Amino acid sequence: MSNHHLKNRSLVFGGLIIVISTIFISRLAHIQLVSSYWSNYAGRLTEERETLDPMRGQFLDRNGKLLVANIASYDLLFTPRKSKNLDTFKLANLLELELTELVKRLDKAAAYSRYVPSVIEKQLSAIEFARISKQLMEYPEIKYKTQSIRSNLAGVAGHLIGEYREVDRDDIQNDKFYHLGDYKGKSGLEAKYEKPLRGEPGARYHIVDVRNNVRNTLYELDTMPNPGKDITLTIDVALQAYAEKLLNGKRGSVVAIEPETGEVLALVSSPFYDANSLTGKRRGLVYDSLKKHNWKPLYNRALRGTYRPGSIFKIVQGLVALDEGVISTNTIINCDRSIIGCHGPHSADDFTQAITHSCNPYFYEVMRRVVQRGRDENPLVDASMGLEAWNKRIKEFGFGTKLGGHIPGTRAGAIPNSPYYDNIYGKNHWGFRTIFSISIGEGELLTTPLQMANLAAIIANRGYFREPHPIRDIGGRGKPLGLDSMHEMSVDVKYFESVIDAMQNVIEDVHGTASRAKVDGITICGKTGTVQNGAFEDHSVFMAFAPRENPQIALSVYVEYAGAGGSWAAPIAGLLIEKYLTDSVKYTARENRIIEFQP
Amino acid sequence: MTRRESPIRHNIDWITVSIVVVLMFFGWINILSATSNIELLDWLDWSGKGGKQLMWITICFVLGFLIINIESEFFIRTSIIQYILTLLLLIAVLTIGKKIGGARSWFDLGGFSLQPSEFAKPTTALILAWYLSRDATKWRSIKVRLISLLLIGIPAGLILLQPDAGTVLVFAGFIFVLYREGLSGNVLIIGFTGLLLSIATILIGVTSFHYPYFGVGSGIGLFWILWLVVGTLVIYLLKELSMPRRRKKVAVWSIISLFAGLIMSVGLHTGMEKMLKPHQKERIHVLFGIDVNNPDADYNIRHAKAAIGSGGLTGKGWMHGPMTAYSFVPEQETDFIFCTVGEEWGFLGSAFVIFLFTFLILRILIIAERQRSKFTRIYAYGVASILFMHLLVNVGMVLGLAPVIGIPLPFFSYGGSSLIGFTFLITVLIRLDGERLSVLR
Repeated sequence: MSNHHLKNRSLVFGGLIIVISTIFISRLAHIQLVSSYWSNYAGRLTEERETLDPMRGQFLDRNGKLLVANIASYDLLFTPRKSKNLDTFKLANLLELELTELVKRLDKAAAYSRYVPSVIEKQLSAIEFARISKQLMEYPEIKYKTQSIRSNLAGVAGHLIGEYREVDRDDIQNDKFYHLGDYKGKSGLEAKYEKPLRGEPGARYHIVDVRNNVRNTLYELDTMPNPGKDITLTIDVALQAYAEKLLNGKRGSVVAIEPETGEVLALVSSPFYDANSLTGKRRGLVYDSLKKHNWKPLYNRALRGTYRPGSIFKIVQGLVALDEGVISTNTIINCDRSIIGCHGPHSADDFTQAITHSCNPYFYEVMRRVVQRGRDENPLVDASMGLEAWNKRIKEFGFGTKLGGHIPGTRAGAIPNSPYYDNIYGKNHWGFRTIFSISIGEGELLTTPLQMANLAAIIANRGYFREPHPIRDIGGRGKPLGLDSMHEMSVDVKYFESVIDAMQNVIEDVHGTASRAKVDGITICGKTGTVQNGAFEDHSVFMAFAPRENPQIALSVYVEYAGAGGSWAAPIAGLLIEKYLTDSVKYTARENRIIEFQP
Repeated sequence: MTRRESPIRHNIDWITVSIVVVLMFFGWINILSATSNIELLDWLDWSGKGGKQLMWITICFVLGFLIINIESEFFIRTSIIQYILTLLLLIAVLTIGKKIGGARSWFDLGGFSLQPSEFAKPTTALILAWYLSRDATKWRSIKVRLISLLLIGIPAGLILLQPDAGTVLVFAGFIFVLYREGLSGNVLIIGFTGLLLSIATILIGVTSFHYPYFGVGSGIGLFWILWLVVGTLVIYLLKELSMPRRRKKVAVWSIISLFAGLIMSVGLHTGMEKMLKPHQKERIHVLFGIDVNNPDADYNIRHAKAAIGSGGLTGKGWMHGPMTAYSFVPEQETDFIFCTVGEEWGFLGSAFVIFLFTFLILRILIIAERQRSKFTRIYAYGVASILFMHLLVNVGMVLGLAPVIGIPLPFFSYGGSSLIGFTFLITVLIRLDGERLSVLR
């Protein structure tokens, strides 16, 4: 071939060069301009977002006393890449871990990432950390991070406040706010008010190098964390602590309410636990033992315990009957013990006496009159219609409703209505004789200690209550709207005074069932209840408010398997009233008797 | 016989010189960014790589000035000596060389290292130009072809022993020189077909197939069987369809091609399975998108692409690329320097670099074709081929289009040997071109 022909071959070579360059530039255009894949990938490699945790809101008691604060705990992090000749045996000793457990955690960390530090030990307290921090310096692969945890300063109200702990998989899935290792309120008020408490985290962005060391910080992108709001509770720490002290070693509950406002002053369910024992690295152990305990310490009896109301219910029956006009305060009814059993030496009581003596036949007749009104010729149909009307009036008092819905975990209990009995016996196959036991607070009635305390508040207020609630203020902005909504009874105010007279007699009368609640200088009005338990000892129940004029506190006290209401629940209520109103306790003998009592 | 009419500076191809100078300084700026960071910037720190590269650039300017003032006859006459000297250095480096990164490619000269293969490229280009431009040389003779192949093959073989696969690939680029001087275009076509066959072999080699009576094995066996069966059918058809007087020739050549292809495929497959180290095999597999079950296998290339991709249109600005500054990209001042350009100068910067190289190579082709001197033309083709192969392999690698093979970007990457080698390569061409009007042969 001549050079002339071969000269054209330069075009082949030149063309090839242009083709290759075009391919290169298209490829560049693709990865730099069109696709964001590689640029995002580079961002993930080089940018590290550091979350600046906000300070969680604290809990204060009604007097502004700090109840739950934040303290630092220490998590230990392990970076596999930095690990050379790690003496796992020595480290296991230092951390007081089983060698196999430590090795398991280290392997897990190594499997996750060689560069990113993984948590191998959580929530060491400041004291635990101080003990090992010096030796930890010998391990370059281990560093620590502080994590804010909760400290319940008085160690009280664990049930109400709830738990603040690490999120689980569901939390992360349900709310993008949370990431692995974050903490959140998991129960009680911590969970209910998680949003105002948690605040807004800030962020700081770092540029890291290939070994994940921070090399540069993009300050212009910083956002500062916004601290969570402090919550002032309605709880009185002194009263709460004293109630817990009195109930210690017993099963039962105390609910105390400020009648005028519906503010919950104390809410105790016993057995309780030290709220602080559920933080820190031994949480799992403590939680398991609480869960397995057959007294069920995790169960909040004050809100979720449903008991038959017993004699206390006679007050409600009486109020409804007075207002319906089927009796007056002067109505005398024979204590006919052939219909239903009774107790104590009395034969024909008027209304006040009947409450003082807790006369069963009296209230059998009272409820019969309320229900059997002659609305229908058929007495069975009449009873059915009568019960429906009765049910509505009872529910006004908060029974059978989710009273106190702003306190997490409440239950409604049960006030039977006609369909309920229709289901059991068939429509028009039951009459008053079938259901009479509910007239004296037995039978199918179920009420909670919170509802009982609320009843005391209704009587103290002479006919109204405000929804019981545990929050006074969130972040200085006052109560959330609707927290203390007003409920007025249809029962006329004038009937309350006769009930209150009787309740005063319960404590002050020589035959009164609750003389052990008496506190000199304070007019207490109350009513005992004794919930029968078949073969077991009765539950001792007492409901009261004080002082009679201008009431400051209304409460219910339950002591399970302890006997009559007057013997244990009443004196506890007396002590609590004395403590709350006078800020001291003179009846030390009574106090010691209660503290020593182990049913 | 030459006659001097005007000073050489009047005949210098300033376009080429300008492109080279721009590439050198743009490269230096990027080396500075890749090896230091903005907080600790020391422009003229001689112990740093930026400072050293500036020193090399200065040396190259002096060297270039000297070469341009040496008459081209010198290079033509000493080409054999230079070539032999290079071969000796390549042999010496295999015995007394310093091993870096698994390859014995460097002489350790105290303060710096010398890489003789960088000088083998220009000297091979020179010897090839000298040999093929002799009046006695006729491309049609088999002997000439064999000697040409040997001239390329001997240094390439010595470099393969180091081993330095990247530089060997560059030597393969001399095929363009031979093509221009008369090598049949069929060779290029066969080469391209062979490339396709190789890709097919690699892709099919990792599949598995259940053979009856035999069990599970690589799908490549089935491919070879099909190759023979289908190939035989095709040959039969070709033979029947071709004109009677050409039948025999067609039959012979197609049977040769059939078996040559089979042998190549079998050889490549067994070679990959038996001879390559696992990491080398992985590199090839990664390139073809084959899952290698090793997240670190494509680490380099992922980081390289991420660095380039994050540059966007205009880049993050000089000294402001975190992928570059914080060691995410390996070898970023040498073989992966293009990543720094991509990240900090964006699409505009990196496309500009590719454009400069394309323009430079095309310019050299223009220079080649305007020569009256055969020697200069062949040498210019050598230069163009070398630069083209470097661009192809280096940029192809960082863009994930070619396997990870370490090879510098000419004038751009950090390193004295490569910079001096390329300066020598290009300035000799400029001197030769500068004399084109006074050369008779």
